[in-house]
Amino acid sequence: MKIHIKNGRIVDPASGRDETGDIAIAAGRIVSLGKVSADFTANRTIDASGLVVAPGLVDLAVRLREPGHEHEGMLESEMAAAMAGGVTSLVCLPDTDPPLDEPGLVEMLKFRARNLNLARLYPLGALTRGLQGDTLTEMAELTEAGCVGFSQAEVACRDTLVLHRALQYASTFGYTVWLRPNDSWLGNGVAAKGPLATRLGLSGVPVIAETIALNTIFELVRDTRARVHLCRISSAAGIELIRAAKAEGLPVSCDVSVNHLHLTDVDIGYFNAAMRLTPPLRQQRDRDAIRAALADGTVDALVSDHTPVDADAKNLPFAEAEPGATGLELLLGLTLKWGTESGLPLAKSLSAVTQRPVAVLGDALDSLGSSTGRLVEGGVADLCLFDPAAHWTVRPAALRSQGKNTPFAGYELPGKVIATVVGGHVAFEAARD
Amino acid sequence: MLSKRNPQLNAHGELIHLLSIEGLPKAVLTQILDTAGTFLSVNDREVKKVPLLRGKSVFNLFFENSTRTRTTFEIAAKRLSADVINLDIARSSTAKGESLLDTIANLSAMHADMFVVRHSESGAPYLIAQHCAPHVHVVNAGDGRHAHPTQGLLDMYTIRHYKRDFTQLTVAIVGDIVHSRVARSDIHALTTLGVPEIRAVGPKTLVPGDLREMGVRVCHDMAEGIRGADVIIMLRLQNERMSGAMLPSAGEFFKNYGLTPEKLAFAKPDAIVMHPGPINRGVEIDSAVADGTQSVILPQVTFGIAVRMAVMSIIAGNNA
Repeated sequence: MKIHIKNGRIVDPASGRDETGDIAIAAGRIVSLGKVSADFTANRTIDASGLVVAPGLVDLAVRLREPGHEHEGMLESEMAAAMAGGVTSLVCLPDTDPPLDEPGLVEMLKFRARNLNLARLYPLGALTRGLQGDTLTEMAELTEAGCVGFSQAEVACRDTLVLHRALQYASTFGYTVWLRPNDSWLGNGVAAKGPLATRLGLSGVPVIAETIALNTIFELVRDTRARVHLCRISSAAGIELIRAAKAEGLPVSCDVSVNHLHLTDVDIGYFNAAMRLTPPLRQQRDRDAIRAALADGTVDALVSDHTPVDADAKNLPFAEAEPGATGLELLLGLTLKWGTESGLPLAKSLSAVTQRPVAVLGDALDSLGSSTGRLVEGGVADLCLFDPAAHWTVRPAALRSQGKNTPFAGYELPGKVIATVVGGHVAFEAARD
Repeated sequence: MLSKRNPQLNAHGELIHLLSIEGLPKAVLTQILDTAGTFLSVNDREVKKVPLLRGKSVFNLFFENSTRTRTTFEIAAKRLSADVINLDIARSSTAKGESLLDTIANLSAMHADMFVVRHSESGAPYLIAQHCAPHVHVVNAGDGRHAHPTQGLLDMYTIRHYKRDFTQLTVAIVGDIVHSRVARSDIHALTTLGVPEIRAVGPKTLVPGDLREMGVRVCHDMAEGIRGADVIIMLRLQNERMSGAMLPSAGEFFKNYGLTPEKLAFAKPDAIVMHPGPINRGVEIDSAVADGTQSVILPQVTFGIAVRMAVMSIIAGNNA
């Protein structure tokens, strides 16, 4: 398959390129970028006038719900959602049932994903068996099976001794450990501690649940020099600690979710369970700090934290409702919305969902690492073509994800994905008016 | 999509559900208190009935046990001539396999006109109000730590009965404020009705500093908290909080915050002592105070029936 993309606005955050031009794709790779020679004969020509041609999005936090939670999401539905959202590479979490703690499970998932031939799948393996926090998993085997790092997902590792050893072991082989900083004793509430939780009588999670965990992790990193990626930072104080840790030279990176970039606890309103998220939404000044830190690079990546939840699991009293929101199809729109509101150039906004998450993955991507999340001649042809001028309204029923639960229902978002190209084939095309 | 407007009010600003006192205008609170006044005489008649809810079915849905509150709602509904159906549903209907909303759908199909709901989770009555048929009214009879609006209103009725004017009062609420739906409803009602000084009194584990955000003065010292008070509302200390990480023991709580005649002497001489009941004698209140001349704990119960009659008759008369 040879594709000729014509007259697109080519935006590559990694190189800073932002200019109108053509792209030629052959055998899954970008063969020319900017100008395409007249003797290139394509099977397919895409007119990209008025469209942005960007690297496919890279999402570091996706729950596909397989295996074990197929009533909430299947590989087919969630991969289709990724395509509709322009996401061509995604990292999935190990909190499936059973958890991804055995190479066979990871191989099966990778195999199923390869057969679908949609987004590239990079699983995180469980850090401990069954996510129980007692016994380390076979990290080398899991890495061979395709894991790009190791995580406890939302299950905190309460035993500091186990966590210390896990980091020691991971650092021996250069594996990255992905942790969400949350003190399991303080972090049990359902809303952020603050005026809203107090008024509504919801149990609150204090900021110190995050900062105590961060300080513990930093001490362990100082001791072990393990590389740690910190997931879903929610507080201004947490951001400050990470800024200081990076200045100190600790090998840490971090991400924030689109939910925390745009919402605060007051959006819970009258117990709206769509706002039941983990970590809980915090206050305005936390959101402001998150937005600024994503712009200045303290936060490395923006993630969808895609978590499809069954409608029945949301139609419950707030505290009993299952946390999570669908996000793959909103990632681009919410990234652009943040970028526009923050006055950032397009390439800079897009870097938070392309080049910068790839940097977090680092060596774990092997040969794809040099071209995923960027546009390079000779590199892999993973592209997202979107209309930056088109605005669309979030209608849960129209989402491809099996999870229709979103806090952004009714929002008008910029940036409509027109086509998604993975490995040189057009995997998604929107109906064009 | 959940409605963004206050789900308790219809487009004309009339009360259709009573879910929380927060966000209700003063006029609505005053209307309820005034209406309750007219019902108080019904309770003294030989035939204690008015026909306002004749032919209506009131379902008491208690997902959490409470004999007292359920009984007062039952009496109130019967005095309004309603048919009352009591359903004691174990704490979690989901444990039995039926979801909360399925339970509601089934009961709606039995032509309920009003649900009186108690639930252990904050916000559960909102979920019910948002999913029941438009003609069905919901009264929150206590949800988690969030609200107990009829208790708040009967407390306001009691205060107005004894003190007349809200705008000169100092009200002290003592005990486990952080876990108390009664305290939250009282605080919202008192601030709405113009009480200038509301104090929350207790140790930092039960009265954390961020309660200030609700418009109260936080006091950790009992004498400071009740000095010069016109009204003292003692809260029930739940058994599960009497020892553990919140408090070392019931005895130590009583020593510091239990209302004894000696401590009551710090308040104004004509101060009234209130309690939502049931009381723990010797834990939050000394018998000499509970049974003393300043105690209005039993009149609260009497007023509670009139206030619940007022709430039910008002919301039943307003359409979504």
